[in-house]
Amino acid sequence: MKKMEIIIRPSRLDAVKEALTAQGCKGMNVTEISGFGRQRGHMEIYRGAEYQIDLVPKIKVETVLEADGLQEVVDAVLDAARTGKVGDGKIFIHPVEEVVRIRTGERGVNGL
Amino acid sequence: MNGADTVFIIISAALVMFMTPGLALFYGGLARSKNVLGTIMQSFIALALVSLVWVLWGYSLAFGTDIGGLIGGFNFLFLKGVGQEPNPQLAGNIPHLVFMIFQCMFAVITVALITGAFAERMKFGAFLLFAVLWTTFVYSPLCHWVWGGGWMGSMGALDFAGGAVVHMSSGSAALACALVLGRRQGFGQKAFIPHNLPMTVTGAAILWFGWFGFNAGSALAADGLAANAFVTTHLAAAMAILGWISVEKMHRGQPTTLGAASGAVAGLVAVTPAAGFIGPIASIVLGFLAGGICYAGVLLKERLDYDDSLDVVGIHGLGGIWGALGTGLFASLAVNGSGANGLFFGNAGQLFIQLISIVATCAFSFVLSYVILKIVDVLIGLRVSLEDEEIGLDLSQHSETGYKF
Repeated sequence: MKKMEIIIRPSRLDAVKEALTAQGCKGMNVTEISGFGRQRGHMEIYRGAEYQIDLVPKIKVETVLEADGLQEVVDAVLDAARTGKVGDGKIFIHPVEEVVRIRTGERGVNGL
Repeated sequence: MNGADTVFIIISAALVMFMTPGLALFYGGLARSKNVLGTIMQSFIALALVSLVWVLWGYSLAFGTDIGGLIGGFNFLFLKGVGQEPNPQLAGNIPHLVFMIFQCMFAVITVALITGAFAERMKFGAFLLFAVLWTTFVYSPLCHWVWGGGWMGSMGALDFAGGAVVHMSSGSAALACALVLGRRQGFGQKAFIPHNLPMTVTGAAILWFGWFGFNAGSALAADGLAANAFVTTHLAAAMAILGWISVEKMHRGQPTTLGAASGAVAGLVAVTPAAGFIGPIASIVLGFLAGGICYAGVLLKERLDYDDSLDVVGIHGLGGIWGALGTGLFASLAVNGSGANGLFFGNAGQLFIQLISIVATCAFSFVLSYVILKIVDVLIGLRVSLEDEEIGLDLSQHSETGYKF
């Protein structure tokens, strides 16, 4: 099993959520985060003064899935999240050792 | 006594009261989230504390029997002789109590206006002491000079609703506060930006609404002059929005919501001394220019390097000064027979009188505020500790936080 940690623009959340669901993804967690990468934030203007804002709002989507078929899911997310401009985000893929469903105690892929 | 006038001024007093919580939201949104309650509280507590000071002795010092043109006597102390009957010297058409409470709301908001200068770093207790002393030694005498039979009113200075008494005085006090308290930690290095602009715009809208009571109510009667003041007030606010965002668009490339809200307040400030002396078309010019002038005024603090955190000097100080000068330019006897003509109506002397009132008001308020701040600093200290400033006023001064997520 793999965990995908997907950092995207807030405006791409709906598209990414639909892409993941279409790929058979059974659940996900979504968090509002702030951060920066190469995009290095943006300028804001208050009463004539310019401020460099480093940390900009992003969305983090986390989901765990079977290792088979991972590449198709990654491709679907890329399609959904990409605008082509700096600041589109990143996907981190981690190995997952174990999953346990709390209600039944089922483990592994059955616990997903 | 006149029933219609009484109704109008009672409602106007309530409108002016509403401006102070409006200001609390205006300032609260501009502060950082860790200081939202501390900032709101400084305005809100003024409703409680300044009202008490006003009723006990402030009103008497402002409107008691004149002593040498400088201050009122003690004859209205603890509201002695201030009752349901009108006082013919002050306002023969409404109960004396109504006149007193209408004036009370002006004292409250003037003190609250100053709080923008020292936002995010003043001790709550120090602010309370400052508010009592400032109402007593700055607001009440100034109010007497202009409206209570003092020298400035006798000289012929025109101040319809408080350009000098409210805005220049709070703006000058704000400059003293910014200088005496010093800059916030990290000012100029970190980005100190507003945490909730929708709150600020809501506050600006409440201020605009309340300002109709402030300016139209200052006619002290439900009459044509009140109607004139209502219209000039509205037009000046509207035009100052356009003035502010036009300059902003030229300077930074984008018109901003905060600019529109700030512009509205700048226009309301500028029209305050003029509302009952100038006509509607003049208020269009006065308001539009107020937007541009106050925009420049706000930029001034970067040049001069003082931390007037929420721009009280730039908006209320400069807006008030422009309003007083504008009154000297646009005032017309055709609008208000008991006023005067300004420069554009052939009376250059009025502009000179306005200039004297500006210098006297700003100098008096600045110097006295400076002294009061130094005294409070020696007695209990003005600033919160560096650690308290870091964690924010909400937690360090009030043991609560504005937002729970």
